Amino acid sequence: MGAHAEEMAEQEPDGIVLTEAQKRSRRQRSIAIALALGVLVVLFFAVTLVKGPAVLNRPL
Amino acid sequence: MSVIDHDAIALSSPRISEAEVGDYFALLKPRVMSLVIFTALVGLAIAPGHFHPVLAFTSLLCIAVGAGASGALNMALEGDIDAKMVRTANRPIPRGKVTQAEALAFGSTLAFFSVLTLGILVNWYAGALLAFTIFFYVVIYTMWLKRWTAQNIVIGGAAGALPPVVAWVAATGSLAPEPLLLFLIIFFWTPPHFWALALFRSDDYARAGVPMLPVVAGPDATRLQILLYTIVLVAIAVSPWPLGYFDAVYGVISLLLGAGMLVLAANVFRRRERTASLRATRKLFAFSILYLFVLFATLLAEVVVRAAAPLIGSWFV
Repeated sequence: MGAHAEEMAEQEPDGIVLTEAQKRSRRQRSIAIALALGVLVVLFFAVTLVKGPAVLNRPL
Repeated sequence: MSVIDHDAIALSSPRISEAEVGDYFALLKPRVMSLVIFTALVGLAIAPGHFHPVLAFTSLLCIAVGAGASGALNMALEGDIDAKMVRTANRPIPRGKVTQAEALAFGSTLAFFSVLTLGILVNWYAGALLAFTIFFYVVIYTMWLKRWTAQNIVIGGAAGALPPVVAWVAATGSLAPEPLLLFLIIFFWTPPHFWALALFRSDDYARAGVPMLPVVAGPDATRLQILLYTIVLVAIAVSPWPLGYFDAVYGVISLLLGAGMLVLAANVFRRRERTASLRATRKLFAFSILYLFVLFATLLAEVVVRAAAPLIGSWFV
């Protein structure tokens, strides 16, 4: 590793640093999105079971 | 002099959202959503034939999410109005918790998935009707009528009246007079309900520049319109009984509740002194919520009792 790279590694990251509140709310939102997607998956699976082969029968 | 103007390209720090799940939930207008779920549930319950509980749940969920999406899109487009009104100043957009773009993205995503899911899993007639309901509420009511005419909530009320029709179509794949009667009841219930609210919030609406009837035509004209719409509402709400669509229990309860609505609407019309008028208007507003709830609950109870009657009968044999 060159001297320049070592110097860079020692420096503080200068990107956007989230505050605790921002991290907490982002985590909450991520969990909510995951749950919503989970519900959607379960819903499609349950309806597939309920309809059986009729799930492919799709009249308007 | 530098060739590059560093001030012009200096980037402002990006906005990092601190919006919590509760803020996004508030965008769905949960109280409106609960009324939508309830009226849609009644639409499902009175529909003929067997409808699998999983499909019924899916339909209700899609209708609820579609209603929530409409609420979020409405708030995204009305942030400027909401900020000026006491009743709405605490919503997530005026508080700065959620931006207009975030609310638009949230509402559009929910609208897209609610319509798609209802179409794929239940039927496309119901999906299309849900899409039309969202379109009507967001484009026709929010973007056009609300800021343009005092008849905003009369025409816009159609969007709030459609959920039981969507539910019926989800269950049967077709239309019939019964869901259209439910539509008409909610449609004619909306003006007296919202004009009662607008009467005691007219300063709020005037400040926000929303042409609600009390702001444009004055409180006396509004009181007359409330009374006239209430007379039509009560007549339409009772009509399914003599027409033979709903039975006598519904008819009698509808008559009793209708009498209450008429008395309170007449009170709003008669009382012109400020304090008495305010009290009469608030009473009508509160009772109108109870009126619609009990009317629809009666229909639901009749379906439950009819379904449970053979079971109860078999216990005594």
